[in-house]
Amino acid sequence: MTTIRTFTTRSLAVSAAALIAGAAAAQDAPGCGTEPVELNAYFETGFPLPSRLAEAFTAQFPDVTFDIREDQFANLMENSPRLLSQPGAPDLIRLPSISDLVANDLLLNLDPYYDAYGWDAFPEGNLVQIRVADGGRPRGVGSLYAMGLNYSLTGVFYNAALAEQIGMTEAPQTLEELDALLAAAKEAGVQPIVQWNKDTGGLAFPLQNLMGSYGDPEPINAWIFQQEGATIDTPENLQAAEHLQGWVEAGYFTRDANALDYFTMMSRFTNGQGLFMFNGDWESANLEEQMGDDVGFFLMPPLEEGGRQATMSSPLTFGIGANAAHPDCAAAFLNWVATDPEARQLNVEIGGSNPGGPADMALPEVNQDSLIAETLEAGQVIAADDGAMDFIANATGAIFAAGWTPELQKLVGGVQDAEGLLDAVQDEYETQLSR
Amino acid sequence: MRARTPAPPPSRRRAAARRQAVLFIAPAFLAYACFVLVPLCMSLFYSTLNWDGIGEWSFAGLSNYVTVLTDDDLLQIIGNAFELVLWFTVVPVCVGLAVASAIRGQMAGRFGTATRTILFLPQVIPLVAAGIAWSWMYDWNGVVNQALVLVGLEDQVRGWLGNFTFALPAVGLIGAWVLLGLCTILLVTGIAKIDGSLYEAAKLDGARPRHEFRFITLPGLRQEIGVCVTVTIIQALSSFDIVYVATSGGPGIETTVPGLEIYRLAFAHRQVGLASALAIVLMILVLVCVLPIQWAVRERK
Repeated sequence: MTTIRTFTTRSLAVSAAALIAGAAAAQDAPGCGTEPVELNAYFETGFPLPSRLAEAFTAQFPDVTFDIREDQFANLMENSPRLLSQPGAPDLIRLPSISDLVANDLLLNLDPYYDAYGWDAFPEGNLVQIRVADGGRPRGVGSLYAMGLNYSLTGVFYNAALAEQIGMTEAPQTLEELDALLAAAKEAGVQPIVQWNKDTGGLAFPLQNLMGSYGDPEPINAWIFQQEGATIDTPENLQAAEHLQGWVEAGYFTRDANALDYFTMMSRFTNGQGLFMFNGDWESANLEEQMGDDVGFFLMPPLEEGGRQATMSSPLTFGIGANAAHPDCAAAFLNWVATDPEARQLNVEIGGSNPGGPADMALPEVNQDSLIAETLEAGQVIAADDGAMDFIANATGAIFAAGWTPELQKLVGGVQDAEGLLDAVQDEYETQLSR
Repeated sequence: MRARTPAPPPSRRRAAARRQAVLFIAPAFLAYACFVLVPLCMSLFYSTLNWDGIGEWSFAGLSNYVTVLTDDDLLQIIGNAFELVLWFTVVPVCVGLAVASAIRGQMAGRFGTATRTILFLPQVIPLVAAGIAWSWMYDWNGVVNQALVLVGLEDQVRGWLGNFTFALPAVGLIGAWVLLGLCTILLVTGIAKIDGSLYEAAKLDGARPRHEFRFITLPGLRQEIGVCVTVTIIQALSSFDIVYVATSGGPGIETTVPGLEIYRLAFAHRQVGLASALAIVLMILVLVCVLPIQWAVRERK
């Protein structure tokens, strides 16, 4: 019964064909047929949400089971083209980047499901990052090649106890106020920012947040989407990079930032060894569990009070292999994740991020005092300001490893300046696009 | 003679022997061909392509090699590997020689066994484990910084593996520590084979320890030193695991070595052609470094 109810609540938007598939057998998930199906899934290690959603799906539709393999993000990046090009390609796969895969015809075009399931009711701002033109570039236009399991958001987490110690009573409303807080922390002997910059360049988070304060998100998205003539080397971005350099020179980052990896950063922040950390809401549940009331979240403030706010907000991207054996069932799962109440609840509780889905569908209930409530609320601000940006590290498959990471490490090490940083990244970007 | 012993004529006997030899060599050769020669030829072929590893490819001629030999970053990366040779080769061989000379007289007893065992221990630890353990020691709160604070050198405390000046030496030291065991055990074993009467004769002639070292130990250990230098140079030039675990090549590209870059180019940048070209260049560099050493230390008759 639940099956039908869940499915028919959305019947107005769902096409007749999909409806029939759902109504034909109450015990079977729509699109998954009447026989037992095992979906071949390839997820990212360390993030329990997809597996928990898969379990919940199997609980609702016992005929559908999942064969889940997990890998580190870097390995996913390296293995996905090979896996997708082989027979028995994953039905569901966590995709670090999609352009190269679309260029090689390895991903299924999801437009038919978009029509059948009525995904046009989803906010387009959520889907624009996973649209790709024929041939793999530019992104942001064209067909849908993936779906978000949820839509994460980045900003500034703060340690409430340390914030009180330096006299921070509310979230900063302007960049100037944030600067004042950083200075006050430094003055008081509190580590102002704990940010990783080893292995991958974690300073890209504050940098892009600063870019969002100084300028509009559109030119940054255009660059990430590889649109014609886009450049990262704009006057606004230069101001942002210079501001970041100012933070480095003021000693706001830890002295060992280049030797600090992500996991050490997390453990230092949860242990109270830093006032601010630039990170995403995927850590909300974890931070709340570890720090309780001692942690809060705010969006990067704009230059002027009340100004437009922008931040990195991207879908947790999952795609379906072009050679997959059960594409319809995989698409049914993706639709279920966005629309089923139980899935949405799980999504918010475990993932800590906005579950997406139809724009008019209410967000799942969460404790109003919780960190997750704060990050979800921040998501509404960004939606109202239309301020979602993809991550600057996702512009090309290798721009993070070959551009941002080494150049940001050089900035921290004092062997690169703001202008040189943007020049070098733009050069690398153009070299990669010219191949 | 031939009439009484009906053996096959020499030519047929030789043919049979050759057949036998071929039969004996074939399995090993097949395995070698499958796992070494064919991949090598494929790498050579790939190095002339523009290819992302999945889709269409096109011939690039020698342009990948031109890139390897002219790109500033790639040249720095190759240079990093040679800087590692200092740490991976020079340090362990010198220290190994010193240890071997020092304990030469006490080789037989319990002391000798204990020393050899302790020095050899790093060798049995996987490189990745060594890399992780050393990363902890180099950490901001690790023992290196703790020791510096203890002796009053607070201003020298730093994130070693993230520092532009110290990251490469820090990584090199890990390799030196691992390879010291191998070099010591080889040199200690070698020195035990040198005839003790040579040292006695030298002493009677009034030789000082440094003369003994220069005129008896060094020539006597020529082959062992050759093996040590060869193995450690190969380890240095083709290093991957220690660097990958300790620094991922950072900060900037200060500790990136060819092995790591080949992997990145092939799997992150999806430039299989350029990665293969760098791999071939690396192989040639290793040969260029190792062959003269082999030639210099071989037994002259």
